[in-house]
Amino acid sequence: MNLKLWISFGAAALATSAAAQDSNDLVLDGNAFLTEIAAPSHMENVDTIYSGWRFRTSETQALQSDDFDNPGMIFVDQAIDLWAKVDGSEGKSCASCHENVEDFAGLRPTLPRVEEGELVTMENIINECRTERMGAEPWKWSKGNMTAMTALIGLQSRGMPVNVAIDGDAAPFWEKGKELYYTRVGQLDMACSSCHEDNYGTMIRADHLSQGQINGFPTYRLKNAKLNSSHGRFKGCMTNIRATPFKEGGEEFKALELYLASRGEGLVVETPSVRN
Amino acid sequence: MKRVLRAAAVAALAATSGFADGVEPKEVVFVDGAVEVSLTGVTGDSVSGRKIFANRKQGNCLACHANTDWSEQSFHGEVGPTMDGVADRWSEAELRAIVANSKMVFEGTIMPAFYIDAGYTRALEKFEGKSILSAQQVEDVVAYLTTLKEE
Ligand code: HEC
Ligand code: HEC
Ligand code: HEC
Repeated sequence: MNLKLWISFGAAALATSAAAQDSNDLVLDGNAFLTEIAAPSHMENVDTIYSGWRFRTSETQALQSDDFDNPGMIFVDQAIDLWAKVDGSEGKSCASCHENVEDFAGLRPTLPRVEEGELVTMENIINECRTERMGAEPWKWSKGNMTAMTALIGLQSRGMPVNVAIDGDAAPFWEKGKELYYTRVGQLDMACSSCHEDNYGTMIRADHLSQGQINGFPTYRLKNAKLNSSHGRFKGCMTNIRATPFKEGGEEFKALELYLASRGEGLVVETPSVRN
Repeated sequence: MKRVLRAAAVAALAATSGFADGVEPKEVVFVDGAVEVSLTGVTGDSVSGRKIFANRKQGNCLACHANTDWSEQSFHGEVGPTMDGVADRWSEAELRAIVANSKMVFEGTIMPAFYIDAGYTRALEKFEGKSILSAQQVEDVVAYLTTLKEE
């Protein structure tokens, strides 16, 4: 019995090492993008962190390696129009108050962050400008106008290393996110860690399991031909294990977003990334 | 004749457990990583088990286990060991235990327990209180696995 256990563990370990991330380099506009780095010290079970790009097929990788081929860029263009579009009772557009969207360079890697005791994401900030400053309706978390705008603003930080605060005010949110990451849920009874920490690098049917990093969000997915928010992805993963997902934009997913961002500390922003 | 006897055995089982499909999930007896008695009282159907193995909405075992017997399907998982020769490594009773509740055999495994109807949290409403496979389906899969021999 013990021997049998040992054999099956050995076989599983072999499978893992046979199909790890690839060794391709992500180069965009002649700039090399760092896609692996030593894991931050708070991660106990992983030595090296990798961008999800490293686990995709070369065809999918190629789409992200050239902005002309990257379908996510179509939505970025739409956001440039949205940026200048007047909306709401105050008769303002984003451009009325923010001179250049380029001024948001450096913002993406620091989000989510704590403001006055609340954990705040890019979507929250944009909607606050819309409701409080423009007198406009908030955008829905994962709808096209919101993901387009988060892509446009995220793009300004492309190539900058993720660097979220996880201490001080942020600590309780981070702890909560960590707990969620390791909690098994659903009829299939799995945690995020079951797939993205314990088994990254292996094939799960036709999908090559990555570490579930979020440095490339919002992500253009070939599967649904649109930009996808990170919360949308969390929701999809929970549904796949037959778990009732938390609410997009809710406290749980915001905490999970902070925790996942911190697991990608040092990887660079790749927004908008391309995935299958 | 044999068929009739089997049918009678199932009927008797169903009557005692009060569970139409066989032994209820919480009544499955694990001894040293094995479940000796068939959950339905009879041997399963390996042809049906083979289909359940690959069906994404049922066993979806192929998502994690490669299996040469399913070579017509191009995508095989690598999360768990290959199923080739699995019947040489494990007895039928052990295979039944692994499929019914892998956690009783492999501590902390990612492999789902296919025959439990409680003990998990936040399940989607339509799956709440249900097992992934029925007793019959578990037996069908076990019957199929016992055919995977190399020696
Ligand atoms: C009426 C003026 C106004 C409008 C219109 C406006 N904003 Fe803002 N925005 C602000 C102010 C004021 C701040 C806070 C600046 C600060 O705290 O430094 C801000 C902050 C932000 C920030 C966070 C910047 C940072 O570095 O923390 C983002 C992102 C942002 N706005 C995006 C938008 C977008 C997108 C739109 C259009 C949908 C928009 N804003 C419309 C005034 C406006
Ligand atoms: C059954 C295995 C499984 C579980 C459990 C799981 N995921 Fe995933 N997840 C996948 C697969 C498969 C993909 C697509 C391939 C990849 O990038 O790993 C994916 C993709 C992702 C991605 C996109 C990565 C990228 O580079 O674009 C994120 C983020 C993610 N998952 C987060 C989570 C979170 C958070 C949880 C827990 C709530 C979770 N996943 C649970 C299987 C899983
Ligand atoms: C999410 C992935 C996953 C799924 C789905 C899954 N398994 Fe497994 N299975 C594993 C892993 C991993 C192991 C190795 C035990 C361990 O270390 O956790 C395993 C071990 C086994 C073993 C023992 C193999 C050996 O040679 O030691 C058998 C038999 C088995 N699984 C059968 C099945 C069957 C049948 C199904 C479908 C009804 C199934 N598994 C579904 C992951 C999975």
